[in-house]
Amino acid sequence: MRDRRRLIAQLFLSFVKIGAFTFGGGYAMIPLIQREAVEKRGWLDAEEMPDLVALAESTPGPIAINAATFIGYRTAGLPGAACATLGVVLPSFLIILLLSKLLLTFADLRPVRYAFAGVRAGVLALILRALWIMFRQVPKKWFSCLVMAAAFVLTALLKLPAVPVIAGCALAGLVYSLIAARRQKR
Amino acid sequence: MIWLNLFLTFAQIGLFTFGGGYAMVPLIRDAALAAGWLSERELVDLIAVSESTPGPLAVNAATFVGARVGGLPGAVCATLGVVLPSFLVILLAAKFIARFRESRALKGCMTGVRPAVVGLIGAALLSVAAAVFFPDGLSLATCRTPAFLLSAGIFVLSAAAAFKKAHPLLVIGISAALGVAGGYALGL
Repeated sequence: MRDRRRLIAQLFLSFVKIGAFTFGGGYAMIPLIQREAVEKRGWLDAEEMPDLVALAESTPGPIAINAATFIGYRTAGLPGAACATLGVVLPSFLIILLLSKLLLTFADLRPVRYAFAGVRAGVLALILRALWIMFRQVPKKWFSCLVMAAAFVLTALLKLPAVPVIAGCALAGLVYSLIAARRQKR
Repeated sequence: MIWLNLFLTFAQIGLFTFGGGYAMVPLIRDAALAAGWLSERELVDLIAVSESTPGPLAVNAATFVGARVGGLPGAVCATLGVVLPSFLVILLAAKFIARFRESRALKGCMTGVRPAVVGLIGAALLSVAAAVFFPDGLSLATCRTPAFLLSAGIFVLSAAAAFKKAHPLLVIGISAALGVAGGYALGL
């Protein structure tokens, strides 16, 4: 019982550390999770790491949350999952809470206004690069290209909201892969 | 009411974000613009703040919007909302990991979702860029203003740095410094 409590506390602390020291989230977190959960604590085998990444990618939600919940659950059940997830969220939550107060106070200062004007242009460049990386990872088959173009046109030109477009594309992918599997059987 | 609304909105965002990070930008944009929580430029500020603070982008964004709209309880509700769907789905998936891994239906859905997310981010980038470069609507006259030229210059430099694999924090730091220097130099 005491060991279990200690394990859960350790899960919480490890994920606080992971949450506090990764910037950008998502894939930036994977090396740190690997070091902390696999190499240092042995909560996960090294071979399980690709499984975890694949799972985090194909389930909804931020990759960091998915990874924390999964490792916490595997290590110490539901309480472990809850504590690991709370741990990974807490640093961001507190920092942003503080920052949002500060920003409201200083938003009208001239240097702050100038800095944000500059940063907006920089962030556009960061999104462009992320988009380019994701674009390269999409397999260049007719189906993927069609879905990509359709999602773009539906939201950029026809102004459809993102949620129904994602749901529709998931359905299209399901139907397409069923048909492809059937053809292969014949 | 606003708190329930924040919770439900961010739960939906959490449920429909695949791949994390920038994948949630189009969803946050839809929700925040529709509810009047943020303008298109404030959305970019939000991404900047989320990128330059530690932790998952999605959590940072949820906390920020929640705090902005509904104070501390708002921040708690939005963050809880964005976390809960992943938490529950992963609990289920961890139990049935073997079946989950083999699931053909899931793989099929993901062959549609992955390219869709790329198209969605492309569309979001375009509209956000229009709001940043042309705050008063698309016009050629805007292209000759010092503010536009400064933004465009910072964008080109940042893109060059980003594609050379500069760390996002470095890109944000440089663009902030250039913004301050340029703003004073041009007397904007």
